[in-house]
Amino acid sequence: MRLSFILNGHQVVLETAPDRRAIDLLREDVTHEDLLGFDLVCHDHRALEVKEGCGTGECGACSILVDGVHRLACLMLAAQLEGREVVTAAGLGTQADPHPLQRAFAEHGAVQCGYCTPGMVVAAAALLEQNPAPTRAEIRQGLSGNLCRCTGYVKIVDAVQAVAKDFAGEDSAEEPGAPCAENEGERP
Amino acid sequence: MISRPAPRPRADALSKATGTERYALDQAPAESLWAGAYRPGAALGLAHAQVLGLDEASVRAALAVPGVLRVLTAADVPGTNRQGIIHKDQPVLCGEVIRHMGDPVALVLAESAPALRHALALLRADLRPLPAVFDPEQALKKGAPLLHPEHKGGNLLLGARIEKGNAREALKNAPVVLRGEFSTPVQEHAFLEPQGGFAQITPDGLLDMTVSTQAPFRDRFEIGHALGLNPLHIRVRAPYLGGGFGGKDGSTAQCLLGLAALHAKGRPVRLAWDREESILAGYKRHAVRLRYTVGAEKDGTLLALSCRLVYDTGAYAHLGGEVMELGMEHAAGPYRIPHVRIEGRCVYTNNPIAGAFRGFGVAQTCPAFEGMLDALAAKLCLDPLALRRKNALRRGDENPCGVRLSSSVHLVECLDTLAAHPLWTTRRDWRAAAPPFTRRGVGLAAVFNGMGYGRGLPDMAIAKVEFTEAGEFLVYNAVADMGQGNAAAFALLAAQELNQQAGAIQLIQPDTERCHPSGSSSAGRTTYTYGNALLKACGAMRRKLISRAAMPLLADELDSLELIPGAVRHIPTGRVVPLKLLAGYLTHDDRVCVAEFLMPVAQNPPNTGRDFLIGFPHLIFAHAAHLARIEVDELTGRVRVCDYLAVTDGGKVLDRCCFDQQAQGGAAQGLGYALTEDFQLREGRILTGDLSTYLLPTALDVPDVLSLAAEGDEETGPHGLKGVGEVGINGPGPALAAALEDATGTRPHQLPYTPERVLALLGARGSSRKRRRA
Repeated sequence: MRLSFILNGHQVVLETAPDRRAIDLLREDVTHEDLLGFDLVCHDHRALEVKEGCGTGECGACSILVDGVHRLACLMLAAQLEGREVVTAAGLGTQADPHPLQRAFAEHGAVQCGYCTPGMVVAAAALLEQNPAPTRAEIRQGLSGNLCRCTGYVKIVDAVQAVAKDFAGEDSAEEPGAPCAENEGERP
Repeated sequence: MISRPAPRPRADALSKATGTERYALDQAPAESLWAGAYRPGAALGLAHAQVLGLDEASVRAALAVPGVLRVLTAADVPGTNRQGIIHKDQPVLCGEVIRHMGDPVALVLAESAPALRHALALLRADLRPLPAVFDPEQALKKGAPLLHPEHKGGNLLLGARIEKGNAREALKNAPVVLRGEFSTPVQEHAFLEPQGGFAQITPDGLLDMTVSTQAPFRDRFEIGHALGLNPLHIRVRAPYLGGGFGGKDGSTAQCLLGLAALHAKGRPVRLAWDREESILAGYKRHAVRLRYTVGAEKDGTLLALSCRLVYDTGAYAHLGGEVMELGMEHAAGPYRIPHVRIEGRCVYTNNPIAGAFRGFGVAQTCPAFEGMLDALAAKLCLDPLALRRKNALRRGDENPCGVRLSSSVHLVECLDTLAAHPLWTTRRDWRAAAPPFTRRGVGLAAVFNGMGYGRGLPDMAIAKVEFTEAGEFLVYNAVADMGQGNAAAFALLAAQELNQQAGAIQLIQPDTERCHPSGSSSAGRTTYTYGNALLKACGAMRRKLISRAAMPLLADELDSLELIPGAVRHIPTGRVVPLKLLAGYLTHDDRVCVAEFLMPVAQNPPNTGRDFLIGFPHLIFAHAAHLARIEVDELTGRVRVCDYLAVTDGGKVLDRCCFDQQAQGGAAQGLGYALTEDFQLREGRILTGDLSTYLLPTALDVPDVLSLAAEGDEETGPHGLKGVGEVGINGPGPALAAALEDATGTRPHQLPYTPERVLALLGARGSSRKRRRA
């Protein structure tokens, strides 16, 4: 089928099998050649930042935004991208001009092996879009579909919270370990 | 309270956060072929079987799939067809026998991933079932099926003993003697990036491979041996790994990938394990059974320890013997014990292959020796913290294996820091405030982990620094960065030592053609060993640049010159030579400095542990004290970790952010090991074959792990540091067990502490809410 969608601001048109997984399409197929003036130019928009960690929707490494909604590219078929706007971590920001979350992840030590990070950043962006001032517990809830094997999540939550505070311009933070304190409060 | 931003983010942080960093498979050229292994055991439910061959009709059908190029079998493997780091016992492709359900018998090459999948689904192998054995103790019995009949120990890969004093006699006379049995399960590394890479035979006959590996230099020899290639005609490049934790130490996909490249007619070929294949065929943490007897004085002074450990190494050796060695060396805990007898057996079974995993054999022993300490504390009505403090090793002590500790030992400081922390001092009130239908418990653990390879093989690294024509510096990192941040640490060390801005230091990642041979990224040795070599290389570079600048600055005393960012300055006059200009004076050869470092070993090794080929004993150890505060749901048995504190002795802290990352990440992986990662095996079949059944901790399952440093100074380390990558995973197993005992009154002796097992603990004390006071 002929598929047309927007990837990180670029219009993409290509031929593909409708049952091709979105993750394979994004990682492998998004190249095309254009005649620009007299030169044949190869546009390589392959979204190699979309990582495959499990292929079954468990790890979240392939998180992307589809029309602004957090989705998993390993669980979507190519045809489901038709007419949509797809944003990956590379579309959120670049090294020269990073998204505030990407900068915060780097500054707060939320990046170790980095394989989960592009997906984690996308999930965090979706979370802040929905809830600009989340509590620590809400951040943990919002990122619970994205696995990280290196960090123990502490610095990831720190990074997201720091950005949320900047956005909200106020203190949305609680002390670490607060859920237990909440329980204490419920005690009769 | 959010942590303050690090003064300077890791060099690799932003490229990874923006998705521009390229891992091994990301670098595969788009035109690469696809290779994949056919592993018939799982589909047929056979863990041990004779391979009669591939069904010829199925091979024809597979080859008829458009885009399928080759179906390779053992007959197509040149060389020995045996891989392995020390013991070469694992076929690249099995031609005669499969020994576990993940063993491969064929390798398919195809133009596309769909064609590859189609062909793999069509293949059929003729297998004749052989008797199999899945219990390591059964495997040692007479008449048990043999996995490697040529191995002279039968199914015993390695039996070994560490002995000091006379434990038997001392236990006979000890006023208090306690016994305990423990077992620990298989653990899956579950790095987020599964194994894989790509390779190509270059026009001049070189096997050029880019792969997710912890040991690029050693890989060449393993691949060369297996495939009959000259190791020096193999180039291995190791870009940043998407996690390793030991599971990418030794050939994973490398030999299969090399084989594929040999049959790809010069085309690049990629091999990517998916998660299921990673779990089926990847190396795992050894399951271990431990039987302990401990003797002590009535005041809690430890007198003797005798224990027997049985490690299940699965179908192949990998580093089984060495993993058990380290476990045995740590089996008595970080305590002074005069009489010790530690026996270990590492056994082949038809289970999945066990190998290196963070905490390398030690994470398994910690719940046992800490369990014995808590049992002793309970028996003698002693405070568990005071009991540990009383027996804790200090610098200058002889450790249980007989090694005099001349290195830094800050275990007591770890315990003191923990003891002073509010999470400990407020524990009684906190515990008493448990909500209805909930019990609270507080537990602690003292743990340690040896650094480096140990005696018997050189633990070395060679650093290379190049002063570029542009007047900047290239650091040739030779030890793979699997996420722990050693590459960034090297850039930081070089910047400090050369007195340059961080941006003036560029990193080259490990590449056997460009970097100098160095050991693996493992054993908590990475930053210590290469860091030391790098400091030497940078020191030589600094002196060289000063000496070369003396001429243009007309300075006849080198002491009057200093290296400053971007220039060499003549201190008395303030005149400078920009490095850019200075670079023009130097030939290429003169712009390179190389230095090496060899880790020190114990000078007077004790006269024991002679069964170990390599690795015994170790000289330098990282230590830690961990504290867990948990809530147990009385109705469901669910355990929630409310607070977690890790106090770590890693020598001097070079980069606080990286230090905390290791402590927090290690604790989280240990919490998974202790609570949720319930690796299920039935007759060699993995019942938890993907991430929907093998449950990794999510952001909801681990608390904000608090990391504190009990800073010391390891005088042999680069700026005084020791490796802290391993020790963090050793604490949660015992700390959670102690907290559960505190909450339920009964100690769990089997990891993981699943809700079912916790309910059983609660049931063991009935409905009486009798609870022991910590």
